[in-house]
Amino acid sequence: MTTLDMLQETYAALSANKVRTGLTMLGIVIGISSVIAMISIGQGAQNSIQQSIQSIGSNLILIQPGAQRGPGFQVSSGRGSARSLTQADADAIAQSVPGVAAVAPEVDGRYQVNARGTNTNTSVIGVDPNYPTVRNVEIDTGNFITTQNLTGLSKVAVLGPTTRDDLFGAGADPIGQTIRINNIDFTVIGVTVAKGGTGFGSQDDRIYIPLTTAQRYLAGNQYLSTISVQAQDTSVMTAVQQQITTLLLQRHAIADPTLADFSIMNQSDIVATASNVTGTLTILLGAVAGISLIVGGIGIMNMMLTTVTERTREIGLRKAVGAKRKDINTQFLMEAVMLTFTGGALGIALGWSISFLIQYFGVLQTQVSLPSILLAFGVSAAIGIVFGYYPARRAAGLNPIEALRYE
Amino acid sequence: MIDVQNVEKTYQAGTTMAFRALKGVSFTIQDGEFVAIMGPSGSGKSTLMHILGALDTPTGGKYLLDGKDVSTLSDDELADIRKNKIGFVFQSFNLLPRTTVLRNVMLPLIYDDQIPAEERERRAKGSLHAAGLDEGHYANLSNQLSGGQIQRVAIARALVNDPSLILADEPTGNLDTKTGEIVLGTFQRLNKEYGRTIVLITHERDVAEYAQRIIYIRDGLVLEDSKNHKQRTSIS
Ligand SMILES: Nc1ncnc2c1ncn2[C@@H]1O[C@H](COP(=O)(O)OP(=O)(O)OP(=O)(O)O)[C@@H](O)[C@H]1O
Ligand SMILES: [Mg+2]
Repeated sequence: MTTLDMLQETYAALSANKVRTGLTMLGIVIGISSVIAMISIGQGAQNSIQQSIQSIGSNLILIQPGAQRGPGFQVSSGRGSARSLTQADADAIAQSVPGVAAVAPEVDGRYQVNARGTNTNTSVIGVDPNYPTVRNVEIDTGNFITTQNLTGLSKVAVLGPTTRDDLFGAGADPIGQTIRINNIDFTVIGVTVAKGGTGFGSQDDRIYIPLTTAQRYLAGNQYLSTISVQAQDTSVMTAVQQQITTLLLQRHAIADPTLADFSIMNQSDIVATASNVTGTLTILLGAVAGISLIVGGIGIMNMMLTTVTERTREIGLRKAVGAKRKDINTQFLMEAVMLTFTGGALGIALGWSISFLIQYFGVLQTQVSLPSILLAFGVSAAIGIVFGYYPARRAAGLNPIEALRYE
Repeated sequence: MIDVQNVEKTYQAGTTMAFRALKGVSFTIQDGEFVAIMGPSGSGKSTLMHILGALDTPTGGKYLLDGKDVSTLSDDELADIRKNKIGFVFQSFNLLPRTTVLRNVMLPLIYDDQIPAEERERRAKGSLHAAGLDEGHYANLSNQLSGGQIQRVAIARALVNDPSLILADEPTGNLDTKTGEIVLGTFQRLNKEYGRTIVLITHERDVAEYAQRIIYIRDGLVLEDSKNHKQRTSIS
């Protein structure tokens, strides 16, 4: 039997009952497309989280007050409640730890902000002029906070683009306008460039004011909520983190490192933790989709078993005219594989479209990867073989006389 | 070419019951003979045909086809014999449903790698011609044919692998007398003009009389084996 014959026979058999073939295939289409879509969503989420982590700066080490919690996201309610970091700590790090490129202390809080009748509740961060370098913030129009602003306790503010849109309308020029934060007037001196990224505390919905102003008029104390340290390069990060820990323990007169009143983590810890979470998410989504794929496979098996019973006489006839066990076996296996393969191809197209639509409507930046397509193809072919094997064997094993006698 | 020596077939029905459908049958058939195997219902005719056609093996005795002992062969070896030497015409037509006449006739050839695709179609048309089906029906689907036409397609399919032995089990069972005669005439023509060996199975004397020789079996035994001196010929 030539390959062409085989394909013709398979096509004829599958097109004999188009509705049933279509429905059976649908099971595989749904299975494969959900695998593709789910993995693309998982990977998209992973990429977007990693991107937003990268966008907060590079070679970053973050020190926050409060007990060490190990790598992970800090619960924001924990911040500020512990008061342990001061400007002096930040200065000491900048002066005595080798390998440090820049230090940016900050204090943050959420306040009611209003301007010309509009109001919003947003995060207000007191920063110093190092902040843009360390945390990768770029200015779009106007200026960022300067040393003069800091020493003069100026009531000036730099808006994130989202905050600007909320207060003044999209694209408006707010420079020189006045906003009220916590009932204190501030003059807008600049707007930052949009960083994108939603959720996880958007970096575009913020107001930056001078650190000293924030401490004096908003927080009412001299403590810091975060010290961001930028290491000179990736290779020294561990050493820098180590030395900062030693320095701060010594400055705070704490002997036992497990009792530290600050927590310190570096960007790669955060990336690792986030990848871990999204990796689990991807596996979970993939597993759910995988189950639907197996259900689809069982559908194939069911259809093939029905087909074998229905076509018993045909099988008997084929055997009577000289088909061998192997010929029958291959033919039925081929039908199952063809079914899953076509279903797989349609499923890939559908899954791709789904993830494209998700991206198109801005829900998430999805990513269809080549390995997931290859995986889907391999899996669909394998499902055809696995779930087609038993029915095909049953067909091949039929006794020709009994098969011909079958009513 | 056919040498049946004391062939027995016992069907095992359940664990204890055994049924002896053939109880020691012996005869020989020469190349080019047209033989009818006749007998009442349940006498073992179909069982015998399955053995003659290498679809089944006997449980006792010996069956030599062209000098080769078929009773000891494996499934695949039997399939090879059927493919190369035997053409079946089944009692119930057994065409592939929703498939064209031409594809139905070509079916036995797709299991033979030696025959190229163009050759297949040529051969299929040749045997359809020999079986006497009008060329206008070649592209019809199998469910668009009359009973007589279906039987001709079945005969054409039995011829297409150029078999030395054609076995027909009640080929006229489902046909009216007129169409039945035409089909029987086709067998006679195949026998005379193309020199095929034909074994025709029937329970009707009228039908058996188209053959040159009649083997009469009953209860799994040969009762009579004689030349048919008053061979009938079809008008067609
Ligand atoms: N697979 C089987 N298992 C058990 N008994 C069987 C089997 N096949 C046939 N038989 C029995 O063997 C006997 C002969 O059957 P066979 O089919 O050869 O009869 P037949 O001569 O062809 O009859 P008919 O003219 O009705 O077709 C019958 O009594 C039948 O019941
Ligand atoms: Mg019978």
